[in-house]
Amino acid sequence: MTTAVDVAVIDYGMGNLHSVAKALQRVAPKANVWVGDDPAIIRRATRVVYPGVGAIRDCMGEVRRRGLDEVIVEVARSKPLLGICVGMQGLMHHSSENNGIDCLDVFPDEVVFFGDAFAKDACLSSAQQRLKVPHMGWNTVQQCHPHPLWKGIKNNARFYFVHSYFVGAKSCLSTVGITQYGLDIAAAIARDNIFAVQFHPEKSHRDGLQLLDNFMQWDGNYSC
Amino acid sequence: MPLAKRIIPCLDVDNGRVVKGVQFVDIRDAGDPVEVARRYNEQGADEITFLDITASHEGRDTTLHTVERMASEVFIPLTVGGGVRELEDIRRLLNAGADKVAINTAAIFNPEFVREAAERFGSQCIVVAIDAKQVSAPSYAHANDQLGSGGRWEIFTHGGRKPTGLDAVEWAVKMVGYGAGEILLTSMDQDGVKQGFDLALTHRVCAAVNVPVIASGGVGNLQHLAEGVSVGGADAVLAASIFHFGEYTVAQAKQYMAERGIEMRL
Repeated sequence: MTTAVDVAVIDYGMGNLHSVAKALQRVAPKANVWVGDDPAIIRRATRVVYPGVGAIRDCMGEVRRRGLDEVIVEVARSKPLLGICVGMQGLMHHSSENNGIDCLDVFPDEVVFFGDAFAKDACLSSAQQRLKVPHMGWNTVQQCHPHPLWKGIKNNARFYFVHSYFVGAKSCLSTVGITQYGLDIAAAIARDNIFAVQFHPEKSHRDGLQLLDNFMQWDGNYSC
Repeated sequence: MPLAKRIIPCLDVDNGRVVKGVQFVDIRDAGDPVEVARRYNEQGADEITFLDITASHEGRDTTLHTVERMASEVFIPLTVGGGVRELEDIRRLLNAGADKVAINTAAIFNPEFVREAAERFGSQCIVVAIDAKQVSAPSYAHANDQLGSGGRWEIFTHGGRKPTGLDAVEWAVKMVGYGAGEILLTSMDQDGVKQGFDLALTHRVCAAVNVPVIASGGVGNLQHLAEGVSVGGADAVLAASIFHFGEYTVAQAKQYMAERGIEMRL
């Protein structure tokens, strides 16, 4: 392939990337949307999406086995990068899932389990401690910092979440979107050319597509 | 609590057409599944459930193709069930664009299948579907007691014809222990008769498990939907015929529930 792709969706063999690719194609009909694991193509893409579903051990294992870890860290320094769900968690320092897994350390934060966090937090009511895990469904996202990717999306719009592990909103300095589920969780984080979300924009109807549309038009500039 | 309760229109699909049986007999044709899904998506459905009731083997490819078309048009979560028996079935459905897969009969004959599926694909995409029938009635304290106490429900297979002897509540707990990330709970007594969910059953299961529960079977009006959440305690409510035949739109249903203090995505 001689021309660079407009957006590379990193495929490391962990399930359904169909939706992400279709949603990107929907918002950018003329864009060359590529799905794969070839580091050379990912390096030359204009922008990159790092999606993820499933358990972090398997995800990180596959990312490393395919030599994608270095590529993602490199992209995280150089061009618009969107992490989605486990993709966002993979950018963190470490996850407590699967007895503890080291992640890519692009952000210094820790990914923790809802069940443990609920049990430890003495301020939670008993009803909050009984909240169901996974956190599954449509929840509001408070845009606590302005960002180009929020353009055209109302504050407290709802996005679709499905996850059992999360990054704490207060401890993470890069939080730009907060969702409450017993505790304040980081629904979206941003730094320079990186934007990462815990929810699934590709499954979040109009607001999700709007966010993807914004990403496809983003030049990667952000100063907080 | 800002997490919204979900409304899930359900498409029973036979050989590529949406159908809805009344207690699994009187089948009426309700259209092309992708068209129907697109309509519900526009009305604000929170999710779509697609149950494949095609008996023939050739029909399976039609299903995969339909799921693929649907996932390219509808950007909300999509659950697909019906005839899921092997890990390979799950992989194919997820690759076609399903977000979650519902396992029903296969879980009963081989519970380990649920564990393997959850380990392989993650609990977040494994829904266990339970078809339950009341075998002994709860005792109700007074005329307005919608939940009662006691009662027993058992799992039935083959469209409600074959009893398994399994207690529905215990089964739900066991399936969550095996890795089910969500329970789709259908009352076989109520299904298709439009008299409302089996609220006692819904409440028993919701109280027993710590994963989301979808109430299914029996919705005939909007009050039934609201009661599934406010009385039964369900996290999501599933309905088919009230939406298919245009009695209500999904938007009307959400508005109705929101007006009764239920957290909804409007």
